[in-house]
Amino acid sequence: MKLKVKNIEFGYNSTLVLENVSMELDRSEIVGIVGPNGAGKSTLIRCIDRILTPGGGSILLDGTDISKMTRMEIAKEMGYVPQTTTRVFPATVFDTVLMGRRPHLGWKSSEEDVDKVIEVLELLGIMEFAMRDFNEISGGQQQKVLIARALAQEADILLLDEPTSNLDIRHQLEVMDIMKGIVQNKGISAIVAIHDLNLASRYTDRLLMLNGGRIFAAGAPESVLTVENIRRAYGVEARVLSDGERPYIIPIRPIGSSGN
Amino acid sequence: MEKKENRTVTAANIKEQYKKFIGRKIFFIFFFIALIVGITGVSTSLGSADISVWDAYSSILRKPFPNLFESELIFHWDDVPGSDSERLKRYLIDKYDIGWVESAEIIKSGDGKITIKGVGENKVEITRDCRDKEKANVKISGDIDPGHRVNDFKVKEVNGELCIHESTWLADVCVWNLRLPRIFLGIIAGVGLGIAGAVMQAILRNPLASPYTLGISSGAGFGASLAILAGAGIISGKYLIIGNAFVFALLVSFTILGLSSRKGATPETMILAGIAMMYLFGAMTTILQYFGEAEAVKEAVFWMVGDLNRASWPVVIIILGTLACCVPLLMMRSWDFNVMGAGDETAKSLGVNVKRTRIITMVVSTLLVATIVSFTGTIGFIGLVAPHITRLAIGGDNRYVLPVSGLLGAVILISADLVARRIIAPVILPVGAVTAFMGAPLFLYLIMRRRREYW
Repeated sequence: MKLKVKNIEFGYNSTLVLENVSMELDRSEIVGIVGPNGAGKSTLIRCIDRILTPGGGSILLDGTDISKMTRMEIAKEMGYVPQTTTRVFPATVFDTVLMGRRPHLGWKSSEEDVDKVIEVLELLGIMEFAMRDFNEISGGQQQKVLIARALAQEADILLLDEPTSNLDIRHQLEVMDIMKGIVQNKGISAIVAIHDLNLASRYTDRLLMLNGGRIFAAGAPESVLTVENIRRAYGVEARVLSDGERPYIIPIRPIGSSGN
Repeated sequence: MEKKENRTVTAANIKEQYKKFIGRKIFFIFFFIALIVGITGVSTSLGSADISVWDAYSSILRKPFPNLFESELIFHWDDVPGSDSERLKRYLIDKYDIGWVESAEIIKSGDGKITIKGVGENKVEITRDCRDKEKANVKISGDIDPGHRVNDFKVKEVNGELCIHESTWLADVCVWNLRLPRIFLGIIAGVGLGIAGAVMQAILRNPLASPYTLGISSGAGFGASLAILAGAGIISGKYLIIGNAFVFALLVSFTILGLSSRKGATPETMILAGIAMMYLFGAMTTILQYFGEAEAVKEAVFWMVGDLNRASWPVVIIILGTLACCVPLLMMRSWDFNVMGAGDETAKSLGVNVKRTRIITMVVSTLLVATIVSFTGTIGFIGLVAPHITRLAIGGDNRYVLPVSGLLGAVILISADLVARRIIAPVILPVGAVTAFMGAPLFLYLIMRRRREYW
């Protein structure tokens, strides 16, 4: 499965949030989207999944424009993992993951769907919470449940919107490891919007740095995460070290006002 | 919070738990069906005419199964005088407390009359009715309680043999013409309101959503008031009030839908638009009442409280028809409702066309509620509370919440009606008020003792 984003534009009430954004995603690849708050990371992810309808440009899935696909068809190809959501009405973890089977089932859930859910719960190590209420479990566990739901969807592309932003460092690593493991073992690919530059550097194959709705830099983590790019995009003075393979960023101080 | 004594949870384990989880929901469905059947029997038996619960059930079932639920056989016409003489005498003694029959003489004259002649004036005359082939008149004179002088038996011809049964017409008329339409209306109105409430809460993701808060009831109230107070309406004649209530209820909700779909049909715009409409139509009703005649205002107020007094079989059939059209349409979408509970974005990413689903669902549930409310008046509270109690009992999976909430709505409505009819009989309280009277304390109790965070 190959995803191609061409010259996407999106605006809320004539204010452009995304402008001329293009990117590609190959099989078994993790692409990270980084950038300061309001750069358009979440908007880009939502446009790709057609939760938002872009004002211009096109998104191609294996050569098919997704604007010509039904929602259900898109749902079979792409799974979206939102930031932790709270539900108004109760749902157990099991039922939450079972919802991921929605694109595949009719009114009744079959034995196969139940097996699939159990398999995914087992894979993510959250089996013991299966019958607990989604709102009762911790943020890290909730994030895993949401990933599990996208996996139960059996999509080829996962779109994760800041999956680690509410988590402690252990859960951050666990969630990212899970994602990396799935991508490697199942041959699916992922796009991750992420704030933490060090996690981005460590877990992604390529990075897209957005600023003000445009692509500011793109490429391998070591070419995107440079002192100069961080200074100009975030307005932060930082040191960039390297462990020989991946860059490590140590932020030092904000400088002046953020660069235009 | 339950202690996890067993950290190694196996797949089989989870499967088992899930099965139990589903089993519990199915149990509730059957439980409420049984409860409805039970309350129907009790409710049918109560009233000014004295009918036992057993008679009530057999009277209900005699219509579909005439042979299985026949009343007691008293005697065979041709065997009296003869082998059934003793049987007939015993029956008369037990039933009417007339001991003198014991030694009386049985005479059959012609084909259509049996006379049991005792001493002096004492006699029982059983005459086959000349107009109604299925009836025999029983006249008792002499030493008898004056209340039992005139009675009748039922005549049935089985294989050319005339069987005389206990008469059931009183129970049948009472049950089928007076009490059952009312109870059936209660059941189907409760089912409709319970399901509509559950659906509205699910798609608007709001625990306060109900046919009331979305202005449907106030629209219907205004339409009815307009008909009662000003005599003006869209349809004239007998159906003026009903037609008006229905049209205005639809008008209100289509306005809400029209306005909110311009803003992306989000739950927030729908609820706020609904509340605005509720106030607007409430105010218009108040102004109408302000200028209305005292008697008409009273009638309008009575209409709005809501009751089951207008029940009849045609009404039951109309609502049943609406229910049969709307409920499958809603049930089909239970999965979408579940997914929409996780937020519009998630729902879209899982393939649900959120805006379309929300609008279609609102249209269908509005039709359902408008039909019910225009016949019963605004019976509140059920649409709000039945879904909540259901979710407290069986969790939030809408595939089960919808049917259980409907059944629970029926249970609440018919038991409230039972209380409304009997508590200060013969005065019948408006059931719309009694539902809240009974439901509110129950609901508060359940909220206070709930174990987990709920919304």
